[in-house]
Amino acid sequence: MQPFDYVRAAGVRDAVTAAAAGPDAAFLAGGTTQVDLMKDGVFAPRTLIDITRLPLRGVTADENVLRVGALTTMEELAADPVVTRRLPVVREALLLAASPQLRNMATIGGNLLQRTRCRYYRDLSCACNRRTPGTGCDAIGGQHRMHAILGTSDQCVATHASDVAVALVALDATVRTTGAAGERAIPLTEFYRTPGDSPDVEHALRPGELITEVTVPLLPDGTRSGYLKVRDRVSYEFALASAAVAVRVTDGVVRDTRVALGGLATVPWRSRAAEDVLRGATAGEDTYRAAAEAALAGARPLPGNAFKVELGKRTVVRALSMVTGLPE
Amino acid sequence: MPVTLRVNGVVHELHLDPRVTLLDALRERLGLTGTKKGCDQGACGACTVLADGKRILSCLTLAATCGDGEREITTIEGLAGDGGEHPVQRAFVACDAFQCGFCTPGQIMSAVALLAEGRAGSDAEIREFMSGNICRCGAYPNIVAAIRQAAGETREPGRAAV
Repeated sequence: MQPFDYVRAAGVRDAVTAAAAGPDAAFLAGGTTQVDLMKDGVFAPRTLIDITRLPLRGVTADENVLRVGALTTMEELAADPVVTRRLPVVREALLLAASPQLRNMATIGGNLLQRTRCRYYRDLSCACNRRTPGTGCDAIGGQHRMHAILGTSDQCVATHASDVAVALVALDATVRTTGAAGERAIPLTEFYRTPGDSPDVEHALRPGELITEVTVPLLPDGTRSGYLKVRDRVSYEFALASAAVAVRVTDGVVRDTRVALGGLATVPWRSRAAEDVLRGATAGEDTYRAAAEAALAGARPLPGNAFKVELGKRTVVRALSMVTGLPE
Repeated sequence: MPVTLRVNGVVHELHLDPRVTLLDALRERLGLTGTKKGCDQGACGACTVLADGKRILSCLTLAATCGDGEREITTIEGLAGDGGEHPVQRAFVACDAFQCGFCTPGQIMSAVALLAEGRAGSDAEIREFMSGNICRCGAYPNIVAAIRQAAGETREPGRAAV
């Protein structure tokens, strides 16, 4: 691990000021991805700003909005009574991720910023445009069974690894930040960057900008939601495909819906195309299959992950069936 | 940098490089070698300890982040009380819940936390909430049995569902 200066931030403003002092400064929260990547030399900050004691922890809610402090852990958010009652898709996405130990450490702010699990990204001996721009991508011609089929480019096919971010993208969550230029709010649907020609740019945060809070609009009464995660083993594994869905059905017709995909895309993937098919249609397997076809219509698989196209479609159909009470 | 660690009720004043993990501080500086280094990348659970009663991975925790002495760290060495071994330790022995034993301290620390979390409702729930602790010897059936026994369930050791 490269040596660094350790700084414990006394407050949010203090943290942001410390981060602005150098281009190679980084915040440390749960550390579950970051410390790992620092050991591997993938991530090498010169200054590490410990934000773990900042007063950004806890969950509050009013009738319409859930407010999640950025340092709230995954376990704490999953245990929140409002999340349990009103946002099952969030609770399920959290509890299907990682292990209890990691969920006790990992924070919501950090979860949104977690790095890809692409083996080539984590191996300094491999070419990776995301880690070292311009070096190439060893995944495209290599082992890419776990990699993305949506939102990819010729530069990068790395999958975004988060589960809860998929649920939060579906729910139109907003990220609130503090930076040198003040505070701002960024819709999560506009937060992530597909790789394009610059895979190293992953999100909308400016250098030294700190996530302070995530706000989540609560689902209207009568909306059912859930998270389905398909993976190689039943627990403690990243998704091959996942779907966060919310559906409100009355008189057999889908009145409102949210669909987002995980494990399939370079960013947490909101599928407006699937939602457009569902909204106003008769609830049932034919409609869900049509929505799934729309969701995966733009897929660009590689030889090693072509199976993910059909897997992704079936995941969408099963998730929608699950929350609307159809036989799965 | 100066680091104050509170481990098993004892305060230790150390001087550490900020890169030192809690795991290495426990093992190499405090001589508490019960906590094991398996993968050292947060995948195996062998390094599980409790921080303020919550199970965490000491290999992905920088000691400096616990360094103001405000977090109470509990390791396998701190489990036994005046009455002898912790009930989970006794259950692991009674149920033969290990083979080589390398993962066992992490398994036991994780199991202690699991019981506190109220996650021992069924074998399936135990398995799900122990999934962050890998046992290369495959002692899982007896680990589940030990946790059920420690939870006060009446089930014979070794008869847990696979």
